[in-house]
Amino acid sequence: MINFGNVSKRYPNSYDALKNITFTIETGEMVFVTGHSGAGKSTLLKLIAAIERPTSGSIIVNGQNVAALKGAAISILRRNLGLVFQDQKILFDRSVFDNVLLPLQISGFDPKTATGRVRAALDKVGLLDKEKARPITLSGGEQQRLCIARAVVNRPSILIADEPTGNLDTDYARDIMDMFRSFHQVGVTVLIATHDAELLGGAQQRILTLDHGKLAA
Amino acid sequence: MSAWFSHHSYALTLALTRLVRTPFSSLLSIAVIGIALSLPAGGYMLLGNLQTFSGHISGAPQLSLFLALDASRDEAAQIGSRLKQHPQVASFQFVPKDSALQQLKQGDGLADVVGSLAQNPLPDAFVINAKSTVPEVLESLRAEMQKWPKAEHVQLDSAWARRLDALLSLGRVAVLMLAALLSFALVAVTFNTIRLQILTRRDEIEVSKLIGATNGFIRRPFLYFGAIQGVAGGIAAWLIIALGTYLINGALADLALLYAFDSRLHHLSSEDSMSLLLFSAGLGWLGAWLSVANHLWQIEPK
Repeated sequence: MINFGNVSKRYPNSYDALKNITFTIETGEMVFVTGHSGAGKSTLLKLIAAIERPTSGSIIVNGQNVAALKGAAISILRRNLGLVFQDQKILFDRSVFDNVLLPLQISGFDPKTATGRVRAALDKVGLLDKEKARPITLSGGEQQRLCIARAVVNRPSILIADEPTGNLDTDYARDIMDMFRSFHQVGVTVLIATHDAELLGGAQQRILTLDHGKLAA
Repeated sequence: MSAWFSHHSYALTLALTRLVRTPFSSLLSIAVIGIALSLPAGGYMLLGNLQTFSGHISGAPQLSLFLALDASRDEAAQIGSRLKQHPQVASFQFVPKDSALQQLKQGDGLADVVGSLAQNPLPDAFVINAKSTVPEVLESLRAEMQKWPKAEHVQLDSAWARRLDALLSLGRVAVLMLAALLSFALVAVTFNTIRLQILTRRDEIEVSKLIGATNGFIRRPFLYFGAIQGVAGGIAAWLIIALGTYLINGALADLALLYAFDSRLHHLSSEDSMSLLLFSAGLGWLGAWLSVANHLWQIEPK
C-alpha cells in the first residue's frame, strides 16, 4: 500500500514540483500517473523510493514512513521496490545477465540461487537468449525489457516505472504495457508514469492526473 | 550468515579482479607503498640490531685502568692488591705493557709500524670487571681509581655504549617521525588509487544505490582492494629489507672476521613482520575508507 498525505515538494531553486498531494494506492492495484511534462510525475515516483525527500507531508509505503527513513533503512526499502528508471540506468560495461544479477548481489543471494532467478526474470521478458549479449547491442525495446527484468528479479511487491515506453514505437510500447499488466495480474502493485495518452485508451485502471504539481480530480 | 558470506566473497572477488585487471598500475602502487614502508621499517630493523649490539656491551661493567708510563712493577703490584681488596671489584686482569705490545704486533698490518718504534709506547693496564652495573656506582668507582697513585687514566668501557644508547633513542624518534609521514603518504596513495577506481565506476555506484545497495555494500570491494594492496605493499617492503640485509651482511662478513664478533644483521622478527603487514593493510583500508566515504558523501542527496 502506498499512501501520500499532504505531500509537497519544493526544489532548492524554489520550484514547487508537487503541491499538497493526497492519495492512496491499495495493494495489488495498477495505477497510471499522467500529466504534461514537468507536471511532477517523476518527482512523485522518486518520493516513493526515497530518491527525493518531501518538503512536507507523509509518505507511507508498506507501513513505513518513507520521509523519515535514513541510511540502511532506505536501502532495504528500495530492495522491496522494483524500479524502472526514465533514463534506464543500464550498465554498459557488463552483460545483460550481469545487469540483472546486480540487485541479487546487493541483496546477498548465493550465486546459484541468483543465477536461477536471473534466468527466470530474463525468460519473463523474453531476453533469455540474449543473456550474454552486451546491452549496447540490444534494440530500444530490448533495453527497456532488460530494465524491467532488473526491476522484477528481486520479486518486489511494488513495481514503479517512469515513462517505460518513452522512446518506443507503438507496437513495442504495447508489448511493454502488456508485460506490466501481467505482473499486475499476479498481485504486484504497479505504478506507471506516462504522458502517452494513447496507451491509456483502453485501460480500465485508475489514473492519477497531475497538473502543475496538483492532483486533478 | 549466508547473505553475509555472499556479500564478502562477492566483494573479495571483485577487489581481486580489479587488482589483476590493471596489473601495471597495481604493481606500481604496490612498489610505491613497498618503498615508502621499507624506509621506516628498515630503520627500525637497523635500530633493533644496534640495540642488541650495544646491549651486549653496556651489560658488561668493564673499566680499563692505565698506569703512568713510568710506573714500576711494584707500583703495579700495589694497585693489584688494592683491587683485590676493593669490595666493588668482581675480578680483574693485569695486562703488562710488553704483552700489550705483543698483541698489537699480531694485529693486521701493524707489525711493521710497531717494529719501527724505538720504545714501547704502551702503559701497563688493568682490565677490571665491576660487581655493580649501575652507571652511577661505576662512575664513582672510576673517579676513585683515578685518584690512586700512578693511575694515569681510568676509562669506563661502557661509556660509549651508553652514548650509543642515547643516539639510538634519537634514532627511534627519527624513525617514528619517518613512519608517521610515510604512513600518511601511503594513505594518500591508496586514497587516490581508489578515487580513480570510483570515477570509472560512478554509474555502477549510482545504480547500485538506487536499487538498494547500502553504503557498506558499495564500500566493501574498495576496502578489500585497499587492504590487499596494503598487504602486498607490506610484503614488498619486507622483501626490500630482506634484500638490503642480504647485501649488507655480505659486506659485514669481512668485518666479522676481523673483530671476531657476530656482526650479522637480523631481519625483522616474525612478530614485527606480522605487525608490518597488519599495519600496511590497516593503512590501505583507511585510505580506501576515506576515499569511498568522501565520494558517498558527495553523492548523498541533501
